[in-house]
Amino acid sequence: MSQRPTTAVFASFAALGLAFGAAGLHAALSGPAQAARMTASARLVGQVGLTDLALFTEARYARHPSMADLHTAFQDNPMSFEHFPAGSFVPLPESLGQGRLGFSEAEVAR
Amino acid sequence: MKRMLRRQRALADYTLAALSRRWGKNLALISVFSLVVFVVASAMLFSAALKREADVVLQSAPELIVQRMVMGRHEMIEADAVAALAPIRGVMRAKGRLWGYFYDASSGANYTFMVPDDPALVPGPGEAIIGEAVPRARGLDWAGAPLFLSRRSGDLVKFAVAKVLSADSALVSADLVLMNEADFRDFFEIGPDVFTDIAVTIRNPREIGTIIAKAEKLLPAARFITRDEISRTYQKLFSWREGLLVALAGAAILAFAIFAAEKASGLSAEEAREIGVLKAIGWDTRDVIAMKLWEGALVSVGAFLIGTVLAYGHVFLLGAALFAPVLKGWSVIYPEFQLAPHIDGLQLSTLFLITVVPYVAATLVPIWRAASADPDRIMR
Repeated sequence: MSQRPTTAVFASFAALGLAFGAAGLHAALSGPAQAARMTASARLVGQVGLTDLALFTEARYARHPSMADLHTAFQDNPMSFEHFPAGSFVPLPESLGQGRLGFSEAEVAR
Repeated sequence: MKRMLRRQRALADYTLAALSRRWGKNLALISVFSLVVFVVASAMLFSAALKREADVVLQSAPELIVQRMVMGRHEMIEADAVAALAPIRGVMRAKGRLWGYFYDASSGANYTFMVPDDPALVPGPGEAIIGEAVPRARGLDWAGAPLFLSRRSGDLVKFAVAKVLSADSALVSADLVLMNEADFRDFFEIGPDVFTDIAVTIRNPREIGTIIAKAEKLLPAARFITRDEISRTYQKLFSWREGLLVALAGAAILAFAIFAAEKASGLSAEEAREIGVLKAIGWDTRDVIAMKLWEGALVSVGAFLIGTVLAYGHVFLLGAALFAPVLKGWSVIYPEFQLAPHIDGLQLSTLFLITVVPYVAATLVPIWRAASADPDRIMR
């Protein structure tokens, strides 16, 4: 009797399910080691006094996005669009546009 | 129960035989479907892992950074400002930070120079502690090779490498060159009474708003950046990144949606005829629908599993190698970092819902109409 088509396909699905389970197991098993690594990184951040991730090193506002000037992305020329590739990944700062204008302190607070 | 399982298996057998008759088209469909799931799942896993990493690691960042702004730009701040901030009630410590950038013409890389806060980590005179990517960028392969830096032509400064920081912390330290304060001031030729900015340690985090309000009065031109803002910057940055990657994949997703809708919903004459024949030989409407359900489920669940498992391998075992060239841009230094593997159940369920369910639904709707019609009419 020839093999039914579902045998091979169900076996492949079982293999995929196992691979999926293995991914979950890998995540669970590597958890403690990764937590220790992150704690060590956090300790270094505290010891050195770091504020940012060293992910984009090409431009200063991409290297330290949280420290950058409020409008650095267009700093080089008026009307110049971003020329560093990382600029397309670094959005506007969180605090942009939160300032208030006013003639007195009470007006600003309001 | 056993009878029902046997019946379902027979239906699945029939579905697979029908799929294998058009194997080229179906293989292409599963491959493209898997690729779309792979790209979206990779972007999701990668940005979630980076967000988590930034969240945990930057918890130790200074609570408050005070910068001096001149004409909208970050400028060096005087030591007097440190003295002004320190006596504010609730401030435990205010300390000037020294950090800056150095463009290394020999390798084309940008380094971040810094004086460590912790005295235990401060290198001796003429020494430097460097991040893992610095020797890589300069091709210093042998241990103990000194670091020669040239600020301008005819100038050469030598630092003995006291230590190379572990690659485990590459994501925060890859491009760092740490040195002591005297060497830093000497290298950048800056006076003794200025700092890059000020790190403020606060006793009670709930008082931070009050402390900033008091400090603003003392230093009206300063900019204040809290740890919360740093963390929010990163949460936003990685959401933006994920959005960008998904947007880039958007065209592919749209093309796939058209392809899948066409494949799943538009019944070909051949398929309509097949349904007519099935109904004529006694298949029930329910059987035809069950058969199509099997087809939709086998294709979409298969593609979901393949795409997700490959995405996990790509992000956590291969270090998101396909994203690296995009993220690297023009930088010479790109950290070789690992991310803590993490699977977010909610995220995966969302991905499952937006990929599998619409496909199965698109398969079912047209078949419902064909299967409930008269076989004689559909076969004509």
